Amino acid sequence: MTDMRRTPLYEVQKEQGGKFVPFAGYEMAVTFSGLMSEHAAVRERVGMFDVSHMGELIMEGPQALDALQAIVTNDVSKLVDGKAQYTVMCVDNGGIIDDLIVYREQVDRYFICINASRREADFQHIRQHAARFRCKVSDVSESYAQIALQGPKAAAVLCSVTAASVQDMPAFTWADLQVAGISKVRVARTGYTGEHGYELYCAAGQADALWRALFEAGQPQGIAVCGLGARDTLRLEMKYPLYGNDIDLEHNPIEAGLGWVVKLQKGEFVGRAALQAIKTEGPKRALVGFTMEGRGIPRQGYPIAVDGKVVGMVTSGTHSPTLGAPIGVGYVPAALGKQGTALQIVIRDKHVAAKVAATPFVNKSPKIREAEKQ
Amino acid sequence: MSVPADLKYTTDHEWIKQEGDSVTVGITDHAQQQLGDVVFVELPEVGATLTKGATFGTVESVKAVSDLFAPVSGTVTAVNSALADGPDAVNSDPYGKAWMVKLKPNKPDELKALMNAADYEKSL
Repeated sequence: MTDMRRTPLYEVQKEQGGKFVPFAGYEMAVTFSGLMSEHAAVRERVGMFDVSHMGELIMEGPQALDALQAIVTNDVSKLVDGKAQYTVMCVDNGGIIDDLIVYREQVDRYFICINASRREADFQHIRQHAARFRCKVSDVSESYAQIALQGPKAAAVLCSVTAASVQDMPAFTWADLQVAGISKVRVARTGYTGEHGYELYCAAGQADALWRALFEAGQPQGIAVCGLGARDTLRLEMKYPLYGNDIDLEHNPIEAGLGWVVKLQKGEFVGRAALQAIKTEGPKRALVGFTMEGRGIPRQGYPIAVDGKVVGMVTSGTHSPTLGAPIGVGYVPAALGKQGTALQIVIRDKHVAAKVAATPFVNKSPKIREAEKQ
Repeated sequence: MSVPADLKYTTDHEWIKQEGDSVTVGITDHAQQQLGDVVFVELPEVGATLTKGATFGTVESVKAVSDLFAPVSGTVTAVNSALADGPDAVNSDPYGKAWMVKLKPNKPDELKALMNAADYEKSL
């Protein structure tokens, strides 16, 4: 993988036994001790992930807020300094160009975290639509590394290396703190696992030191180093979308179940008219979660059938370590989106029985889910 | 990395144990390491006819689906049904508890084309 990039945390993860695979142009660790044990560690104790491949942008200037409002679907004006917001950005026909988190530093300066695979596309999209506003967008991804610390013991671990009362941080807040002697670590109460936890941004040059410090601090709590494999099973159990699987330019946020981040009343933004029409008429498809009744594991790309006729497609599927059973999500005609609806997943020419399920698949604290819907 | 000397191997990382006119087939330690945690195994029915090189089932880890390829042609005489409830045996005991199928080969010459342990190990 000689033309693959490496994050600042490659060396330490290699030392720790990481198995690397290509992902979004990077050599990323997919596992260390095994997917099942890493997944369980996050649900039961605490796990740490290198997510430095993600992109970071700064949007700043006197009209930075107006520019962002015109580009993302959520209402950025609801943010205050130190708060963050999950949103999507769409193109004119309502197709999703990315999902992202916007962190407000000041009314005229925002830090934005985007998917690694969408870095170039997002930057061009934002530059294009921000051009008429007095503002500047910069790609600062190379300056940052990012570590996710997730699990019921994440707060205990982080508390042991910082003076701030991070255990009391509400979801979707953030602060620049000194952590493990490193002076400016952006600590955000966000995550992609459904567990209490944090995502920490630091200067690329500090990443190795921060990782090792968190790993040491996590030993009494039984911390596990985790890879992208566990990251995927954790997020799928929560039905969090993955760009490129569950959301993409061919799908709109309404049908993807992300209508809650689309604030049509906030003012004009790219895709608003299309999304208004979809909302008014009702989406034709729905992204549903399902469990299997017959034997087989659903995977991305497998057709979904009803009464033998193909009606949709699986966008993500796996064996759920927490449930000990397969789970999947996919698009079906909206009328078939009701819990309990019988489906078939076509697995290598066999039609295997499945059923639309309630999501998230695992029972996370209602407080975590509510906080995410600020 | 375990490569028992008394078995034969294929380039698809299957092992074959010859016992009289029956062969037992499974996947190697190398294969289970590459796969990671195995969560699902799909095997043919007893009586099925297998053709050398054709897929006869799948073994799935959390992340990936891997085909199983028939090392020789023959008829399936036994299937390890314990793997349905205990797929993790593929990781913990790939040469023992995680045997997958027993075959009655119908083209004995195909057995000569299989790799011995030394050659398989060299190929890794």
